[in-house]
Amino acid sequence: MPDIAYDASHLLGAVVLLMSFALLYQRRLFSLLNVFTLQALALSAAAAWQGYAHGEPHLYVTALLTLTLKAIVMPLALHRIIVKLNIQRAIEPALSIGLTMVAGVSLVTLSILLVLPVTAEATALTRENLALSLSVVLLGLLMMISRRNAVSQVVGFMSIENGLILAAVGVAGMPLVVEMSVAFSVMVAFIVFGIFLFHIRERFDTLDMQEIESFRGEHR
Amino acid sequence: MALVVTAIALLLLLAAAGLATARSSRAHAEALVYGGTGVVCGLAALWAVAHLAGGGGTETLVLPVGLPWLSAHLRVDSLSAFFLLVINFGGATASLFGWGYGNAHRDPGAGPVLPLFPLFLAGMNLVLIADDAFVFLVSWEFMSLASWLLVLSTHREAETPRAARVYLVMASFGTACLLLAFGLLAGAHGDYSFTAIRAHAPEAGAAAAGVLLVLVGAGSKAGVVPLHVWLPLAHPAAPSHVSALMSGVMTKVAIYAIIRVTFDLIGQPQWWWGGILLAFGALTAVMGVLYALMQDDMKRLLAYSTVENIGAIVIALGLALVFKASSVPVIAALAMSAALLHVVNHSLFKTLLFYGAGSVLAATHTRDLGRMGGLIHRMPATAFLMLIGAAAISALPPLNGFVGEWLLFQAILNAPALPQWALKIGIAVVGAALALATALAAACFVRLYGTAFLGRPRSAAAAQAHETNRAMTLGMAVPAALCVVIGVLPTPLIRLFEPATRLLVEAGPFDDRALQPWIRLAPTSAIGNSYNGLVMLVTIAILSVLLVLVIHRWASARVRRSEPWGCGFADPDPQAVSQYTASSFAQPIRRAFGSTVFAAKDHVDMPEPGDTRPARLTVTMIDPAWGWLFRPVGRAVDRAADVINRLQFLTIRRYLTLMFLALVVLLVMVAVTQR
Repeated sequence: MPDIAYDASHLLGAVVLLMSFALLYQRRLFSLLNVFTLQALALSAAAAWQGYAHGEPHLYVTALLTLTLKAIVMPLALHRIIVKLNIQRAIEPALSIGLTMVAGVSLVTLSILLVLPVTAEATALTRENLALSLSVVLLGLLMMISRRNAVSQVVGFMSIENGLILAAVGVAGMPLVVEMSVAFSVMVAFIVFGIFLFHIRERFDTLDMQEIESFRGEHR
Repeated sequence: MALVVTAIALLLLLAAAGLATARSSRAHAEALVYGGTGVVCGLAALWAVAHLAGGGGTETLVLPVGLPWLSAHLRVDSLSAFFLLVINFGGATASLFGWGYGNAHRDPGAGPVLPLFPLFLAGMNLVLIADDAFVFLVSWEFMSLASWLLVLSTHREAETPRAARVYLVMASFGTACLLLAFGLLAGAHGDYSFTAIRAHAPEAGAAAAGVLLVLVGAGSKAGVVPLHVWLPLAHPAAPSHVSALMSGVMTKVAIYAIIRVTFDLIGQPQWWWGGILLAFGALTAVMGVLYALMQDDMKRLLAYSTVENIGAIVIALGLALVFKASSVPVIAALAMSAALLHVVNHSLFKTLLFYGAGSVLAATHTRDLGRMGGLIHRMPATAFLMLIGAAAISALPPLNGFVGEWLLFQAILNAPALPQWALKIGIAVVGAALALATALAAACFVRLYGTAFLGRPRSAAAAQAHETNRAMTLGMAVPAALCVVIGVLPTPLIRLFEPATRLLVEAGPFDDRALQPWIRLAPTSAIGNSYNGLVMLVTIAILSVLLVLVIHRWASARVRRSEPWGCGFADPDPQAVSQYTASSFAQPIRRAFGSTVFAAKDHVDMPEPGDTRPARLTVTMIDPAWGWLFRPVGRAVDRAADVINRLQFLTIRRYLTLMFLALVVLLVMVAVTQR
């Protein structure tokens, strides 16, 4: 049995990472949201599987939270925002897709090279999980800096948080309160982002950061 | 030990009292603060004398203050006790003088001096008893900031803001250097108590870097050229008794820091450290006095003269260091005694001269030598005491300045005992530079004294000057008397601080401390020379009396004839503007040295014939340290700031990119280093 537990959680973690890559090359906002939903679903499944495999019921709560917030509420809300604000649906990458993918692969390599030697004493599952979640975090950051659209920056931020949750469920004994607080802080951040998006849009008629920056009246 | 800590606590209390009473009656507040500070400092100085006379043992104290896991380590040994004596004696006379000065020279624009004065003294005392790097640096910064605030207390004068700004920058720079130095000396094991630094001598590279940083950090506080630029700006800007403390006493705290690190903490020194001290000491001495000669501002002249004296002390320290490194402890003890004696001497005559400048300032409301003159008739007591100070700082026998220079030259003349050829030749050059500096110092003080006190008054204020009050005169008389006493009988003092010499270079200046006659100074038999101040005094007294008799008998009684046109000097001229001025006196030296060293330019603006405006001579010069060091550094900082300023106007995405890149670089570093 332990083998299956390991393989399954490894698989789910890898799916989360794969979705991070998928987020990187999306050119349309709706497909971006869809991929993000898929990532949240994979994450929620990973949490639930960990809870089942290790007999830790509080992980089910985590899974449920992730499912409701990340896979249902936030994508729907963002979807609504996009429709309501009539945002241009295409994403303008600041960095070309090919380069972004190359950078992403190097980041995954870096995190594996980094995590595996450091955690030599930990169990194989923890090590793999940490490497995967660090990769997800770094890819989320990469996404935030390689896209000009404000919505895609929000999605990048959310996927960073997914990476953190992935790390939290992988490490045995992480108390529920930590996950709860992370989840709620992301919730708050999401609300703030939402409000900001409305205001930015109202004021500047665009969510393209490049346009907005010119309003600061500063030299670039 | 407990007494010193109590004294510091009392000083802090007095500072609080000064703050509390600042709004109430000024006279009472001054009596309380200056009286209290004077008594506390006097008692602390007496305690230091008793401690040194009792052999100068080591006492330690650990106070549970500061960061939770670190307590404050305090320690008094013979070296600290010696410097405690110097500082607290200076503090006591400054309190006495300051009390009178506050009455005589009411400056409506002056800020609060009362609470800061005891605070400044407390800071200096704390530096001396610190026994770990934390206490040392905190109290060092405490001292710097207190003195900075004191400089700012005259903030309404035009020059003060710039002086305070330059001082703040240099003080921060010095503290930063000291911080790095202690970090290097403590090494990786991270125990910053001086005991631990002494026990684990750092490796050669770290020790050398640490010593260099201390020389830069403490040297900037002491006023070593080229880091002296703040000193002639900040010292004169403060009220006169504070100027005296900053110039005569605070620079000694910096000397203490140099001695503590290079002679005590670091173990066996390298000879080239002494070489650096010698070279910069000689540069400091010559440049300081040359610049002092060019000044028309009395207090600024004194500040530059401090730079010169610091140069002499640094030369003595360098000599002690090279002799110690070359294992010639007897001569090292001689040089160290010269350094410590000069520390005492300079603290005495420099405070005396600054008090004198303060008296003149209170009487004439000017620091400009060109507006003084003839003050000897108006202020006879001040003039007499200033004469003692000027003679002492010019190293004239039988005053204390001469004894210090004599000891120093004994050490310099023994340079052939060193094995390094570079030093044998170099020290001879340094000796020549020191002799030049001493001669120029004499010229400088002839100029100061002659212009300010002799001749005819050059302004109405100088003509109407009147003698200052008793407290100020007494404040000057005490150091003046000591200048004479130490000059005539130096041996008891040198014997008093012999334990400090023994602590630092493992030898004393005398063959046998107990057998040393107190009446003449006969240091170690290795040099075979001795100095008898009493004989000198008697000889000079007899010769002077004879000379006075001869002049009165054969010269004064004669009918004298004078020129009908004395170079335009009209006797009843109330302003006496055609007198020889301070600038005229300095002109030959300005011509000889100034045009190259200071880029001095004389510009004569001569009106056309028939034009009635006066001719005007303008002299411009610049301190080379500004042109060669500080302006280029300032420009480089400006350029760097311009470049970095662009970072302030990046887009959010670029900021995120920078953070991201920094994170990735750090992760790569971890990944690379751990394998």
